[in-house]
Amino acid sequence: MTPVLELAGIHKRFGPVHALRGVDFRLAPGEVHALLGENGAGKSTLMQVAYGLTRPDAGELRVDSVTRRVSTPRAARSLGIGMVHQHFTSVPALTVAENVALAAGWRVAPREIRERTRALSERIGLPLDPDQRAGRLSVSFKQRLEIVKALATEARILLLDEPTAVLALAEAEELMEMIRAFTLRGGSAVLITHKLDEALRAADRVTVLRQGTVTLMSSVSEQTVGSLASAMIGASAGSPFVVSKTTSSVKAETPREAIRFDALELSRESGYGIAIRHGSLSVQSGEIVGVAAVEGNGQRELLRAVAGRIVPLRGKLQVTQPVAFIPEDRTSEGLIPALSLTENVVLGLGKDGPWVRGGRIFWREAEARTKQLLTELDIVATGPGMHAAALSGGNQQKLIVARELSRNPAVIAAENPTRGLDISAAADIHARFRSAAEAGAAVLFHSADLDEVLELADRVVVVVRGVMTEAPPTASREEIGAMMLRSAPEA
Amino acid sequence: MTALRWAIAAIILGVGVLAIGLEAAGFDAGVALGSLWRGAFGSWDAFTSATLVRAVPLVLIGLGIAVAFRGGALNIGAEGQFYAGAIAATWVGLHSGALPPAAAITLLLTSATIAGLLWILLPVWLKLRFGVLEVISTLLLNFVAVSLVSLMVQGPLQEHERIYPQSDAIAESARLPLLPGSRLHAGLLIALAGGVILWFLFSRTLWGFRLRAVGLGPRAAEVSGRIDSRRVGAIALLVSGAVAGLAGGVELSGVSYALFQNLSPGYGFTGIAVALLGGLHPIGVVVAGLLFGALQAGAGAMQREAGIPAVSVYVVEAVIIVVALLATAPRGGWTSLQGAVRKRIARRATA
Repeated sequence: MTPVLELAGIHKRFGPVHALRGVDFRLAPGEVHALLGENGAGKSTLMQVAYGLTRPDAGELRVDSVTRRVSTPRAARSLGIGMVHQHFTSVPALTVAENVALAAGWRVAPREIRERTRALSERIGLPLDPDQRAGRLSVSFKQRLEIVKALATEARILLLDEPTAVLALAEAEELMEMIRAFTLRGGSAVLITHKLDEALRAADRVTVLRQGTVTLMSSVSEQTVGSLASAMIGASAGSPFVVSKTTSSVKAETPREAIRFDALELSRESGYGIAIRHGSLSVQSGEIVGVAAVEGNGQRELLRAVAGRIVPLRGKLQVTQPVAFIPEDRTSEGLIPALSLTENVVLGLGKDGPWVRGGRIFWREAEARTKQLLTELDIVATGPGMHAAALSGGNQQKLIVARELSRNPAVIAAENPTRGLDISAAADIHARFRSAAEAGAAVLFHSADLDEVLELADRVVVVVRGVMTEAPPTASREEIGAMMLRSAPEA
Repeated sequence: MTALRWAIAAIILGVGVLAIGLEAAGFDAGVALGSLWRGAFGSWDAFTSATLVRAVPLVLIGLGIAVAFRGGALNIGAEGQFYAGAIAATWVGLHSGALPPAAAITLLLTSATIAGLLWILLPVWLKLRFGVLEVISTLLLNFVAVSLVSLMVQGPLQEHERIYPQSDAIAESARLPLLPGSRLHAGLLIALAGGVILWFLFSRTLWGFRLRAVGLGPRAAEVSGRIDSRRVGAIALLVSGAVAGLAGGVELSGVSYALFQNLSPGYGFTGIAVALLGGLHPIGVVVAGLLFGALQAGAGAMQREAGIPAVSVYVVEAVIIVVALLATAPRGGWTSLQGAVRKRIARRATA
């Protein structure tokens, strides 16, 4: 069967990142095609190429076997391609009908707009009140509006970017039925997701991306959760971290319990919903525990609660002080780019800095200590007076780690501590975590890179939709991967 | 010192624009600028009784605004807080005739400071409780304060004959001492002391450092510095309002001795320009306050001697403000501007 949409040999670079490396993708008429991959695998970029939001460096796009240039979303819509974005793209102050008209480019009387919107939404099977303001819709109705908008231009090809990420299970089921109905009427749909069971249930065929390359393309009926997980996460050969794991049996002292929580409940940072439900964990001093989770499953809130940045809703939380915290966003949370290196060290240690006495800051002492940290961690800088903005990303991260470890922490909480660093800088930070652990610190960290979690951690805890499960010590990489991607049982 | 270079460039450009404007309007720019200079710096009397007297409220208000702006809080309501301070000072000054001067003055200035603080309390509460933008609430309260002054001078605080819309003169004991032979009052010392205190706070204390951290990176200040940035921002606003209130008290006790409408020729707004031109640095604010004081003093002389409307000096002030904003804008500053110009030239060349 000739594909309705075909992407051939697509390459795309963003600076040093090679996001797509010669990707081929074919969408057959009447099918639901799942596009799977971890965060950063290139799924969204690929669909942005198809929708004219991103211009590829090389490669061809064919619609109904005719080579086309799709350089804008408008061009894509005129070819019958519609997209449902991960984030809402409606104007909250306008009504449903007005938003649809805006997306479809209707230039007709308001009454006509309302009638068309009503008719369209009922025909698709997603009824909406055309007079409701978009900003007042519930989350799942906002999602409906996005789909109605995408279909308003008579789309035959629908690209959905993680449409179920914000939906409850029942709503997700409903959405899947709607997509199925759309394909039965002759449409074709691409479903971007990182949920394996969803892909297996809803799709006919599946394409898996890993680091910008297609690792699997097949009919869903031939696949299992395990086979998809290993295609997504890759064969466990060649871990990028070169430092061998030193399992030192001699700890500095007898282990004490440094982090303990029971029946912990945390709200989401956004304030809506629960991030962690009924979580329990105990970490001994000298232990390194890795948190494996796909983005947005509650691991962020978990680490921030341990670091004392979030107050739990319910439950017991005991953390031995002092705590070192390494936030994932270096330049907006870890340091202030407009301040000097010394000032950033002073910022992090606050009142605990030995250079603060009676509310006064003795800058010379702070500067001397900063200079020392720069040499200890091999940070490439012109001096402690340099602005943090002028440091490279890796050196910024080293500065944050150096600052936090200089507290002699009893507990270290770290989010993606080596994101964006080269191998030697990452290995250096791992070595520092290990020596801190040997000196008696308890380390709790999360990394989006499962290899890093497995490399560094003594134990692994998996968080899925706020539910924490400890991975058995014998669990393989694939098993942990499958645990991360399985939908949590609804409470 | 790029900041200093910017300031000098701003002044030269401002005066240049004024000169061109005057020439274009048919005035003799040379004569006009001459009288502007004489009015500001031409004699000891001009310098003390005109320039310094006008600089005092500008410096004080500018210092207060520098505290707010450093903490990332935008107090646009110094005019209102100044008037609130002046009203309180008037009431205290009218009722403290029996007190010895030191006590009367202290009481007057303290009340003015508290009044300024109270005047900004509502915006601070609205911001903390409902997230109302302080830019808007402080700005709008200026108009309320102006109306309140006019109510006061036609009501409770009106002079005893009930003819003129102004208050009686405050008691002798509540007036700030003058420099003999001039109209310069001890408020100058208060303004300079304020500059020194703020310099110490900003550069040597954890409090001042945290204020700046919150202004430059509120998220990092919270996450890495464990600073409550809302609280720091609120305190910065309160300090800023209190200092503007103090400025109102100083003006009343050192210069006007009575409350009337239009007591302030827009000190609260010019103070914002002073703070920005001074780079939010206490020493810079003092210097910028002197400069603006000199401009206003010179403007008076220009009107008297050359018959040129004093408001023409606003041209200079406006140019200076624009240049100061350009210098501190996110994509402003000398290097970025140079880069932008080069890019444009390069584009022309290739086109």
